[in-house]
Amino acid sequence: MTSEIEGVIRGLLTEEFRVEEQGIRAEATFKELGLDSLDVVSFAMALEDRLQIEIPEKELDGIETYGDALELLERKVGARA
Amino acid sequence: MSRTSTRKVVVTGIGPVTPVGIGVEPFWDALVSGRSGVGKLEGFGTEGLASRIAAQVHDFRVDDHIEPVVSRRMERFAQLAVAAAQLAVADAALDLDESDRSRVGVVIGTGIGGVGAFERETSVLLDRGPGRISPHLVGMMIPNMAAGQVAMRLNVTGPNECTVTACAASGHAIARAVDWIRAGRTDVVLAGGAESAITPLTVAGFCNTRALSTRNQDPEAASRPFDIGRDGFVIGEGSTVLVLEDERVARARGARIYAEVAGYGLSADAHHETAPHPEGAGGAQAMRMALDDAGLAPEAVGYINAHGTSTSLGDIAETIAIRSVFGSCTDELAVSSTKSMTGHLLGAAGATEAAATVLAIARGTLPPTINLDDPDPACDLDHIRNRAREARVEAAITNSFGFGGQNASLAIVARA
Repeated sequence: MTSEIEGVIRGLLTEEFRVEEQGIRAEATFKELGLDSLDVVSFAMALEDRLQIEIPEKELDGIETYGDALELLERKVGARA
Repeated sequence: MSRTSTRKVVVTGIGPVTPVGIGVEPFWDALVSGRSGVGKLEGFGTEGLASRIAAQVHDFRVDDHIEPVVSRRMERFAQLAVAAAQLAVADAALDLDESDRSRVGVVIGTGIGGVGAFERETSVLLDRGPGRISPHLVGMMIPNMAAGQVAMRLNVTGPNECTVTACAASGHAIARAVDWIRAGRTDVVLAGGAESAITPLTVAGFCNTRALSTRNQDPEAASRPFDIGRDGFVIGEGSTVLVLEDERVARARGARIYAEVAGYGLSADAHHETAPHPEGAGGAQAMRMALDDAGLAPEAVGYINAHGTSTSLGDIAETIAIRSVFGSCTDELAVSSTKSMTGHLLGAAGATEAAATVLAIARGTLPPTINLDDPDPACDLDHIRNRAREARVEAAITNSFGFGGQNASLAIVARA
């Protein structure tokens, strides 16, 4: 499941958000990846669609790195299962 | 009305991103060779549209100009503007690190702005509701974002504006830049226009105004200003940005100077939403004001780059306007419409044609009106028909007339 989620996120970042693959590491901040705050909102919307989950805006607070996002999504998808 | 400033405004860089070429040399080579940038409209289904042709910038690869992670937040008109501005700065050999960035302004006109984003997100709204609208919509749609993005990408913090006067937008942008430099507010202005509104909604709208050519079977022959067989304009896209500088600043850095923007004239037809004044009164008033502002007598002008869109009414009205301003000198005056090759770049037309006019003066070659096989007797002018003409001209006028009846004319003169 983890690898599936990671595949979805990486695919979104590289294909839709045009982030360079080699920069995607757990500790990389969205800012370092080139995404601004509106990109993060847009990214969350795309993830909601792809993973059939809901990410309330307050849950995005404190999500600053790729690793943070992965952890949040694993939790949410795990809870759904 | 005459100028009170002692500052002169010179053109030191040109960045064309157009259907006929990207960069000065490809652009100029196409214009003097008489190459059309018009083809079948690509990018969406054209079924049901009366006009299925367009002048698109097929060679533009955004990744060559802007990092992908950033360019995806920009609508295409802003991407084109950023590329044009970067090309213009490079062409001017302007080192921004050596410049006072607070005295570098940007003014980019557009007729329509980010209508593509508006259309895409309208579909999302209807299909999926407001919660799925892109948070980037507003930033991609607003017309001033081309100028904003140029400032962000080049980190220049001087005055920053957008002129929105339809097909006269970038004529007005250059006029605005002239004001800033004359007033001493800026040393340098990146001035131009950007347009990319070849979308299903916009093309349908123009089709239904009966403004577009329907010569779908022969796209390269469709834009034919002043020809008896003309049947409307060809919608185009692109961006051209000029580097305009205070002449003293340009000379101090040893810049190559193409020409001077010596004056401008602005006016309103006060007549109709989309039709020109039948006698071109507004256009004539703008040309007179430009001559006066530049301190030019009519007989000093050797070339006019006409607005010449290839519409039935517009080309006749402009001919009457030119004759009314230049009187007996009219027959000594060469006229062409480079829209015959570029198509009509709407808000980017004025700057693209200013670039053509500047290069015509600097290089001693006047670009032609192509497809001018059978000149309309009602458009009786000394047309540069189908082939470029070698001629040294000291002064030229370039016209931009917009829906809404807003007109801008620029006077360009040679500078040694």
